[in-house]
Amino acid sequence: MHAVAEKAVVVFSWAMTIVLCLCVSIFLGYLLIHGLPSLGRDLIFGAADPLRVLLGRARVFDGLFPAIMGTLFLVILSASLAVPVGVCSGIYLAEYAGAGMKKFSGLLFDILAGIPSIVIGLFGFSLAVFLHNHLDNRFGPCLLISSLSLAVLVLPYIVRSTQTSLEELPDGIRRTAIALGANKLQNIAYVLIPNALSGISSGIILAIGRCAEDTAVILLTGVVAVAGVPSSLLSQYEALPFYIYYISNQYTNPGELSGGYGACLILLGVCAFLFMSAYGVKKHLSHRTLYRA
Amino acid sequence: MRFSSENIARNVFFLCTIAGAVVISSILLFMIALGLPLFKESSFFSVWTGPWDPYQGLYGILPMIIGTLWIALPATVLALPLSLGTAFVITILGGSRLRKILGVLVRFMTGIPTVVYGFVGIFLLVPLIREGFGGAGMCVLAASIVLAILISPTMILFFSDSLTSVNPVDVRAAKALGADRVQRLLYVILPKAFGGMTSGFILAMGRALGDTLIALMLAGNAIRAPRGVLEPARTLTAHIALVKAADFNSLEFRSIFACGIALYLFTTTAVVAVRFMDYKRSVVQ
Repeated sequence: MHAVAEKAVVVFSWAMTIVLCLCVSIFLGYLLIHGLPSLGRDLIFGAADPLRVLLGRARVFDGLFPAIMGTLFLVILSASLAVPVGVCSGIYLAEYAGAGMKKFSGLLFDILAGIPSIVIGLFGFSLAVFLHNHLDNRFGPCLLISSLSLAVLVLPYIVRSTQTSLEELPDGIRRTAIALGANKLQNIAYVLIPNALSGISSGIILAIGRCAEDTAVILLTGVVAVAGVPSSLLSQYEALPFYIYYISNQYTNPGELSGGYGACLILLGVCAFLFMSAYGVKKHLSHRTLYRA
Repeated sequence: MRFSSENIARNVFFLCTIAGAVVISSILLFMIALGLPLFKESSFFSVWTGPWDPYQGLYGILPMIIGTLWIALPATVLALPLSLGTAFVITILGGSRLRKILGVLVRFMTGIPTVVYGFVGIFLLVPLIREGFGGAGMCVLAASIVLAILISPTMILFFSDSLTSVNPVDVRAAKALGADRVQRLLYVILPKAFGGMTSGFILAMGRALGDTLIALMLAGNAIRAPRGVLEPARTLTAHIALVKAADFNSLEFRSIFACGIALYLFTTTAVVAVRFMDYKRSVVQ
């Protein structure tokens, strides 16, 4: 009886693995067949001259360029908001906080990591409305609000990866500089952080990947279908993931649809590259940092 | 001495931590404050348990709660065997080369953007379901299948993590007694890893509950509790995404904050449950 069950487990496991691999290969194959032909200069720049577009002398009306720039701005802005705060609190939690504080804030950041991204988008949207009503009516859903919300979204990744990679350092590394007379801050800045750099940077790369990929947050905080390259922090903007979502239910002709497939491939390439390099930088990345709705 | 760089740095680090904590609490406060008019207008309980009928002035989010469960539960049920089997192969059954390849594949899957899954779902899976089962194709089934594939890598990573972190002394003892690979897996590793795997299962379910784009793109979004897997449904997350700010003060609009609170509570419960289980396990060991 047991022997049969044991055999069944083996058959079941292999069958499930094959099903999963099949799903992924069908998914990728479908995307490549439909997306590859559309990849090219026209997909990004449309009819405009790439050089003039890059110099800001021409606008792109039928290409992905504004969406790519929007996503790029979003990623840069939210990373520059989230990275300093996240790394600093990671350092605090690893090196200064007492046991109670560690437990409490650990729970808080776990909760933050678990909050669905649409709820964080809703928070950003409410913030925009609040600022609009109480501070200045120029505020509204915009690039700044989106970056702020995305920064909140990815904060737990950075805090967690900084904290764990500092805590993992062996006592030998931890004590040497102190024994030589360095104070705590010198020890952190010159010894601990350089040694924990691979963990910290893999967290940052993951965070950047999330910012580039997330659609739910920006859906509520200022992304629009047509806006051109964003001109200020308070303007609305286009973004690659939203473009894909928009095309999926608003496309009017086969050309637009194949543009959607192309955009999917670009976004997939960028995100897969970022995620894989995050794993490459640090092999045993905690899977908990991955948990995100 | 009080203004030494050491103290300043310490305070900066501390302030950043506090800032994070403030943000987390203010998310919930914001939603409660903005949802308040809804709770005042209709009674507190009817918001959660009542029907959705704007013409009657009823803004209960029950259909959306049911829709969320209809999509998230089948997705986790589908993802469980898929992840369990793959995790077994990755940790124990497969050869070392295959394990590596599968590991890379699973990690690659975590990097696939949700919206791309949704896009492929719309143009590949939905027509298949429409032709195979009839109906519009945009339904609970389509969303659950894609969601299952989306959450599998999370589950697989958690499962294989727990399976490999079982004390090797126990495994070797079983090996010395003549247990083969499958027997070691079933009778030694699995019981020991069960707690950690449950945590992974709950967290993956939390992901399924909180996902927006898959349901928004594939489930059809009808505000009606579904009665079968081929019917359309709207999840809490999709409801938030779909109610556009026509009138910020309308009760219809306020209902999205009730959805936000419900989601916040769902996922927070999952996180706290997992923490509690991890804590109990660490006490036992």
